[in-house]
Amino acid sequence: MNYILLAEQIFNGFQLGIILFLLAAGLTLVFGIMDLVNLAHGTLYMFGAFFAATFVELTGSLVLGMILALPAMLVAGILLEVIVLRTLYERDHLDQVLATFGLIIFFNELFLVVWGPEGSGINLPPYLSGLITLPGGITVPEYRMVIIVSGIVIALLLYFLVSKTRIGMLIRAGASNREMVGALGINIKLLFTLVFGLGAVLAGFAGMIITPITQAESGMGESILILAFVVIVIGGIGSIKGAFIAAMLTGLIDTMGRSFIDVALLPFMDAVSAETAGPAISSMLIYILMAIILAIKPSGLFPPKGA
Amino acid sequence: MNFKILKTPRGIYNSILILLCVFMPFIAPVIGQEFFTDVSARIMIVTIAAISLNLIMGFGGMISFGHAIFVGIGGYAVGIFASHGIESAYIQWPVGILASGFFALIIGAISLRTRGVYFIMITLAFAQMMYFLSVSVEKYGSDDGLTIDARSNFGLSFFDLSNDLTMYYTIFILMVACLYFTYRLVNSRFGRVLRAAKSNDERMHTIGYPTFGYKLTAFVIAGMMCGLSGLLTANFESFVSPDIMFWTFSGELIFMVVLGGMGTIMGPLSGAFIFLFLSEILSNITEAWHLIFGPFLILVVLFARGGVDGFFTKLERRND
Repeated sequence: MNYILLAEQIFNGFQLGIILFLLAAGLTLVFGIMDLVNLAHGTLYMFGAFFAATFVELTGSLVLGMILALPAMLVAGILLEVIVLRTLYERDHLDQVLATFGLIIFFNELFLVVWGPEGSGINLPPYLSGLITLPGGITVPEYRMVIIVSGIVIALLLYFLVSKTRIGMLIRAGASNREMVGALGINIKLLFTLVFGLGAVLAGFAGMIITPITQAESGMGESILILAFVVIVIGGIGSIKGAFIAAMLTGLIDTMGRSFIDVALLPFMDAVSAETAGPAISSMLIYILMAIILAIKPSGLFPPKGA
Repeated sequence: MNFKILKTPRGIYNSILILLCVFMPFIAPVIGQEFFTDVSARIMIVTIAAISLNLIMGFGGMISFGHAIFVGIGGYAVGIFASHGIESAYIQWPVGILASGFFALIIGAISLRTRGVYFIMITLAFAQMMYFLSVSVEKYGSDDGLTIDARSNFGLSFFDLSNDLTMYYTIFILMVACLYFTYRLVNSRFGRVLRAAKSNDERMHTIGYPTFGYKLTAFVIAGMMCGLSGLLTANFESFVSPDIMFWTFSGELIFMVVLGGMGTIMGPLSGAFIFLFLSEILSNITEAWHLIFGPFLILVVLFARGGVDGFFTKLERRND
């Protein structure tokens, strides 16, 4: 193990962390403010990936395609909220879980029928497919840097939006006491729709920026969604700060575990058993982390105040 | 036993379900749909898992989104022993059921510290953890799964699970036993404490019941019952793979319980029956049957909250 490999894996971990944060931020806002458990949040991630792939193919430009896909995500999110999810706010969590489970089943099949099992992809343009050499000889793919930087920019924008603007003030107020915000004459319905649209755009953006690396395919949202749930549970549901820290932690631990666990096990067992046990343990690491954190702090690291 | 109940629409409906289970091996060849027997056996196996979920969810208020994990543990108990050449049921079955109970004890002890949506998420995460574990262990087939060469061997000449009819009626008897056990359990003192804790945990706690212990016990019982369903799955299919504990199956189990009527004794059977029969029929009509099934699920949640049982309750009220 040398430090270059370690540094590269840290960048990989950050990349996963950013993607998780983009998903978890929307999820935690929607849950914190509307008290809605939305399993279909991963579906929005899939929407983003397919919208971007389609628009990039139509326009022939990566940047233009993604810029067009963002408002499309906003519209898709708002439509979903108005047609189905709005009726679920008053229901209990079980109903919400089941209905959004139904949405997942429907949309996964729909995308499978429309785009086929191989899905759709985005090719990186030449100006983004090179490598950046950082001081110390660490090389990072350019596009990976783009993901990390854009994720951090969005995290900062979100922080600004939530803590410095009027709409952010309403969001925070809604998270701590929904009824009171409504009683003070704020249009709660509109606020909910906006928050859901914002969450949809964030999830869609995550799906978009990951597609050039992976692939847009039906069912892509669910494995990452469960990780995002782990993130918001660790971070404390309703807390954006918690979501960010937990996302980075989860991303790093998962990536590091996959790359280095067999090396870390060597002092305790021989090479062959370390190689067999490695993948098994690394795939369980973050769930073990979550179990430990919940066993110590049942409402996560940063439980929202007043909840 | 009060037989009056059998004359109500609900009683007739449930009796038909049971009779269908009993006579399916004879009905199916007559109507020329032999595979109905297999469908019926699968329905009963899944029903056992649904009964166990209903015990904690419908009667105890614990929404576990990772219940399929116990099906997996039971299934792999058979698969792993069989792959080492140990086919004796007297080893496979107790170990499978005890292992399910042991995992339920650990998972329950951690998960029950949380409540509400945290409980849903943490049970989901535990199931995913086990799913990924089974995917990554190459020795036991990873995601290709394990083929099981022979069904569990009870060492009795008159009781041989490799006979399909014996297998079928073993499943049937175990399902009925689980139904009866649940009926007795929820009407016992233990069951009343459990149901009271569901409706108001704090009050029960305040009047001096250690509800955590009651809930954990129910969770462990449910885990073992669900492990039994896994043992049967592995035996019936002669195959076990990580797919049987994928999170979608946990979601489907929840839906079956809700569809049949949460917190009712016969609900799981009727829920599993409608769910699996409908998916069997729809998937024969079109490959993209989920396009119909997804919206059906949403509509049931939005407009038919009480499931089949709720429908009968409405019917009875109208008649009164």
